[in-house]
Amino acid sequence: MTLNSESVIVNVGPQHPSTHGVMRLRVAFDGELVTDAEMVIGYLHRGSEKLAEERTFTQVVTLTDRMDYVASMTNNQAYILAVEKLAGIEPTPRGVWLRMISAELQRIVSHLVAVGFLLQDLGAMGTPLMYTMREREDVLDLFELLCGARITNSYHRPSGVFQDAPDEFWPRLELFMANMPGRIDEYEQLISGNEIILSRMRGVGVIQPDMMINASITGPMLRAGGVDWDLRHRQPYEYYDRVQFDRPIMDESDNYSRYLVRVYEMRESLKILRQCIDQIEPGPARDADVPFVIRPPEGDAYVPIEGPKGELGFYLVSDGGISPYRCKVRPPSLINLTLLREMVIGLPMAAMIVTFGTVDINMGEVDR
Amino acid sequence: MSVAMSGAELAEAIREIDSDAVTDHSDDAVWVTPSSWPDVAEKLRDLEALRFEMLTLLTTVDYVDHFEVVYHLVSLSRNRTGVVKIRCGEGRVSPSVPTAINVWRGADLQEREAYDLMGVNFDGHPNMKRLMLWEGFEGHPLRKDYLR
Repeated sequence: MTLNSESVIVNVGPQHPSTHGVMRLRVAFDGELVTDAEMVIGYLHRGSEKLAEERTFTQVVTLTDRMDYVASMTNNQAYILAVEKLAGIEPTPRGVWLRMISAELQRIVSHLVAVGFLLQDLGAMGTPLMYTMREREDVLDLFELLCGARITNSYHRPSGVFQDAPDEFWPRLELFMANMPGRIDEYEQLISGNEIILSRMRGVGVIQPDMMINASITGPMLRAGGVDWDLRHRQPYEYYDRVQFDRPIMDESDNYSRYLVRVYEMRESLKILRQCIDQIEPGPARDADVPFVIRPPEGDAYVPIEGPKGELGFYLVSDGGISPYRCKVRPPSLINLTLLREMVIGLPMAAMIVTFGTVDINMGEVDR
Repeated sequence: MSVAMSGAELAEAIREIDSDAVTDHSDDAVWVTPSSWPDVAEKLRDLEALRFEMLTLLTTVDYVDHFEVVYHLVSLSRNRTGVVKIRCGEGRVSPSVPTAINVWRGADLQEREAYDLMGVNFDGHPNMKRLMLWEGFEGHPLRKDYLR
């Protein structure tokens, strides 16, 4: 006997713990399986791009913090690089090293949050998230030493960073770097070989690499599909051409490899941090001659960087005034969702949530 | 290290695809006509010498007397970047350009966002509706004449 079933439309979110913020998925189910999905976003839209047009170039830094709020430092970095290119400002060497140190610490934080919440999506309520949050806390303490703020840092400035790291920052950073490898080992022991994790994540949410390239998907997601594309390596910005690191590339392009790439990248970030500490030189953390109010010449500039979630960049247009004429963000979180529908069709509800989790999005950046 | 293709190089390459397509070029960008865009976009992706597989960023800018759509393209295999711009909506009248979604799927959400916030139409987009704001919202906030 065959049963004729009618598909049921379910709203997942916007207030749902596994939607990573305020995102609504309208999903059509046939029994337990997804037959169609549409995302409804905009609940966190604050009009950051419009607000930027009414602030000076330096003030806009505070808006960038609030886009991807678990990776403020890399947002600061992407924005400042575009301003420096637009205005032709040369950063000080120490400023660049400090920006790289803060950005790599931020990458570790972002991946910790991604892994922690992914495990929560898998049903491991609480415990793994508490582990990753414990490490995140250490980094946030470091950020507090650097700039006084933990989340909305606004640390970077045109020509460097707004203040040098205090003396007590360096021993604390060493302590963190001594502890972190063991803690990543801990995750690997607990998570990477776990049978439940393997059976639920291997071979699920597979997406072809050429489709991802065509859909502008970047970052760990693309590298988990076997594409060797890391802007720190392919289009080096700051001093990334002076540090050596490996690029974890996986071929499976499934949920498990997307998770694993992030874990491996944390180790690579530690390697980069070590080389930054070895190479940083004394000197001013920013050029005191660069004024607070900048008037870049007419023109436009776009500098892409490898953010924790993918290619991140700001397209700035200047009309010669004190604020950007147009400030457009390239949001990896939003663009990585382009193929979400294709990824989740045919999956059960629980696997859909996990697949969504491995894309690693941040709603502050999706909606801006 | 990736090489950004200069506007002159891109203009030359595009003239070979369609001799009437290019209207102007600067140091780092090339301007093409809206009508030539679907064909030019496909060739930019497929021609062996160019291979721009990824449309990394689509932006719209309101220049008061006209609008501009800016395409940042990346070739992963050649490790090159290029910038193509399209002038549209002269005199602020109904700005529209043909969609690039059939060439680059990555244009999907970006074109919807551009339509939502800037009011530039992308002809041929299969799902041209607002992305961030709700249906029924009046106006396009990123336009320079949007009243607060």
